[in-house]
Amino acid sequence: MKQNDIKRLSLYLLFAPFALWITLLIVLPHLGMLYISLREKVAPRVYEFGFANYINFFNEPIYWNTLLRTGSMSLLVTVLALLLGFPIAYYIAKIAGHRTRGALFLMCLIPLWVSDLIRAFGWILLLRETGVISSGLQWAGLINAPIEFLYNDATVIVGLVYTVILFMIVPLVSTLDGMDDSMIEAGYNLGGNGPTVLRRIIIPYAMPGIVSGCIVVFMLTAGSYLTPILLGGKNSSWFTEQIYDQFITRYNWESGAAFGFVLLAFTSLVIWIGLKLSGQTLNSTVARS
Amino acid sequence: MIMKLAMAGLLATTVMAAVPAQAETLRLLTWGSYAPDELVKKFEAKYPDITVEVTFSNNEEMIAKLRATGGSGFDLAQPSHDRIFAVQQEYGIYKPLDLSKINTDVMQANLLDGVKANTTIDGEVYAVPHQWGTSGLMANKSLAPNISAWGDLCDPQYKGKTSMRLRRTILLGMAFDMGEDPFAAYADLAKYQEILDKVADKLIGCKDNLKAYWKGGDDLSAMMMSGEIVASETWDSTAYKLYGENKDIVFVPPKTGALAWIDTFAIPAKGEADDAAYKWINFVLEPENVTIMSASTGSMASVKGAMDLLPEDKKEAVNAAFSDEAMANLKFFANIPAGVEDMEGKTLEKIKAATGAE
Amino acid sequence: MQSTTENDLECIEVKKHFGSVRAVDDVSFDIPKGSFFSILGPSGCGKTTLMRMIAGFEQPSSGDIRIKGRSVIGTPPNKRNVKMVFQHLALFPMMNVYENIAYGLRCAGATRDVIRTKVHDVLARISLPDVANREISQLSGGQKQRIAIARCMVLDPDVLLLDEPLGALDLKLREAMKIELKLLQHQFDTTFVYITHDQSEALVMSDNVAIMDKGKFVQIGTPQELYHNPAAAFVAGFVGDTNRWAGRVTRVENGAVEVETEAGLFMRGSVRGAGAPSIGDLVNAFVRPEFIRAEKSGAAAQKIDAGHNVIEGKIDSILFNGANSRVLVRDRAGELIEADVVLTGGTEDLKPKDDVTLSWRAEQTMSFLA
Repeated sequence: MKQNDIKRLSLYLLFAPFALWITLLIVLPHLGMLYISLREKVAPRVYEFGFANYINFFNEPIYWNTLLRTGSMSLLVTVLALLLGFPIAYYIAKIAGHRTRGALFLMCLIPLWVSDLIRAFGWILLLRETGVISSGLQWAGLINAPIEFLYNDATVIVGLVYTVILFMIVPLVSTLDGMDDSMIEAGYNLGGNGPTVLRRIIIPYAMPGIVSGCIVVFMLTAGSYLTPILLGGKNSSWFTEQIYDQFITRYNWESGAAFGFVLLAFTSLVIWIGLKLSGQTLNSTVARS
Repeated sequence: MIMKLAMAGLLATTVMAAVPAQAETLRLLTWGSYAPDELVKKFEAKYPDITVEVTFSNNEEMIAKLRATGGSGFDLAQPSHDRIFAVQQEYGIYKPLDLSKINTDVMQANLLDGVKANTTIDGEVYAVPHQWGTSGLMANKSLAPNISAWGDLCDPQYKGKTSMRLRRTILLGMAFDMGEDPFAAYADLAKYQEILDKVADKLIGCKDNLKAYWKGGDDLSAMMMSGEIVASETWDSTAYKLYGENKDIVFVPPKTGALAWIDTFAIPAKGEADDAAYKWINFVLEPENVTIMSASTGSMASVKGAMDLLPEDKKEAVNAAFSDEAMANLKFFANIPAGVEDMEGKTLEKIKAATGAE
Repeated sequence: MQSTTENDLECIEVKKHFGSVRAVDDVSFDIPKGSFFSILGPSGCGKTTLMRMIAGFEQPSSGDIRIKGRSVIGTPPNKRNVKMVFQHLALFPMMNVYENIAYGLRCAGATRDVIRTKVHDVLARISLPDVANREISQLSGGQKQRIAIARCMVLDPDVLLLDEPLGALDLKLREAMKIELKLLQHQFDTTFVYITHDQSEALVMSDNVAIMDKGKFVQIGTPQELYHNPAAAFVAGFVGDTNRWAGRVTRVENGAVEVETEAGLFMRGSVRGAGAPSIGDLVNAFVRPEFIRAEKSGAAAQKIDAGHNVIEGKIDSILFNGANSRVLVRDRAGELIEADVVLTGGTEDLKPKDDVTLSWRAEQTMSFLA
């Protein structure tokens, strides 16, 4: 009996930091946000309980258009990161030798060594009208007049893919790494050609990694702030920017908090749909990789 | 054992070192260039029992930070004069100033009175002026000699070669340019909304003419220096800095008048070092310190004879920009009544979301 | 030599070099239709490379591989009618049993009805008619084994390659699967090529066995031939248990020799393998333990024939293993000799420290020139 109590106590103690972390840093702030989001400002220092902030969101096309835009661009970034990351992950996990493997992984990590801001400025230096690429092309005689690569949606997408691709590669490498090479050979041996083996064997096997990579990448992209702001053009609004504006420039915490919850609900919905479509569960993907 | 002794020794020395300092810290919440290292060191040398901690920010973030804590965490803040009244009414994040502790004699009377008028609530004054400056236009004279009004940014002959910051300054500037007086309309928000709608249409139509919206002094400077743009809406201090590197780039006060702002001193409601804060205020008003400060901020101090206290290069830049009439034509930002930020925010969002005017 | 069309698989002077390493060096053989052929060799001998070349995962540096008389050099693996059971089976964990077996048929473009009939058919033939909807993880080791074979056999291959598929099983199951594999091969009447380093697997199941060493085939033959008439010292040492001594020839006399081992033990033996030894040549001598009789000294000495080697010694230890029990005997010269014995559990049984007389027929000493 006593032994049991000690066991239970040590279990509680082990669990305590995690529980504290979850409650203090995740649950409580969200409850606070939820509370704020449900307040309506009626006069200075006077508030009422209500859903006006949410209703406001749905009544204003600019807001939900921006959200849809953010969502669809994030999906595009996710797809591109998958298309680019999969071959890289496959190469790292299945083709590269042990030593090149480490080096390749390290190369993927390099972008994370510098801050978001520096990375964005790096892109700006490269892509601006008087930047390295434009000048280089002119020097090489490929173009006559300088070209502006900056300030458009394509640049935002390139910048975001570059930032998040590692989070796609890591789970993919770890699932592909667990795949016996003979599984692929068996696929060929039993009569499958390259596309068949990829579609019927490699991709289904890597599905947990693909889905968890996509979840992480989508969340990171939809929640990113600096890259879309700094690289984006005159028309490119990002939903996080709107949340920032609500909080900071308009002092409207109530509606900012509501927007935050809308974003959370929206991304969760997209991920739920993605899981349903791919036939995976959160347990089978995130837990596995 | 040796470890323990060393630890004890270390502890003892830190305690000893901490005692004479009386643990007085001045936590300053201010703009990027408003606390140059040189000045902080000088201040700490003069008042050895005060340590200065600086947090750099901007108007919006200063307010958000103080609002989040109910006015604690900082001992001195420096919001712009038009951002105090409504915020104080709504959130109560500042405490009244004791003007007897501030050396107000050295301040320019018109600026001091202006700020006092703007920030007096129930007979209590909440701010005094510090640095002031203007927002206007910047042009590369060799490439764009005819820039003289806010609306010139939308002139098709500079298509793709102008820029602005998508914030309230351009809304106000453009309103003046269209013959309106937005500050007067603050009293009648329906009228103000009308003006904003007109301005929005104008700016949406203008979108195609712009290269990009700038987001901070760095990217504005880079675009201007590289010649990617030839004219832009700007802070005067940014233009003065560029003038130092390229004499063709000058600050142009728009003919409807440059918009003038005054950054102030205000003490947060739960500030814990009021005496140190007053000491800092009086310290940076001393003439030789004004020069150091202006060299860093690029703006003028609101003290008498501030022009003469500017560093030489800045003096030259200001003279190149302002005539006496232009100086007399300054439009000081008026207090922002509650609700205006929301209206302006919506207008800005509308402009950002509009897909150009093809 | 049979006509080429009768052979399911032929390899002609196949070589595979990795840089300067000759993994497979000039290997030629042919396998008649419907037989069980094993390639037996220590790890690293090149047997896996050879099998991967047959399956098409590697290209030979030179030589030709023919399946049903047609060269498959340049044919990609998915176009060869050679199927393979992998060492760890490589069943697809994301598919159930039915889908695993149907995979190959789908690749071949079979219709849904054909697939269903064939899958259920093959499951019945491997006596697992009810597992179609199970997940792979729900199968036992032996069931997985059979599904892996069924997955190949449903495609009617000309040759089935098996790459040490029993290696991962525990001993009991391995013994049972040996017999089962042999039965399956009979049932499907398909050519099996079986790779292993376990000589007992090869001997039990195969019609013919190739012994491979350092990239070369040392000998091809029936299990009995290999066991009783090894063509080289390597085969004699590798196939079956044996006593092995290095020694020197002291006498030569029409096909027979007398050998003195390094420790000074003399024995007569038959000359095997290539080359005729002369006096003073170094040889390796092999005697299988089951040919050596061990009896208590004095008890039966008179029964020993003249053509026998007779050695006196003392039992060092007894290795009891039921029917395969064995004694270790140290002779006077100090050599350790293994001999099979029958231990009945009675008082007559040999015991450690007993003096024993060992005897075996002279031709059972297989001597190869070193």
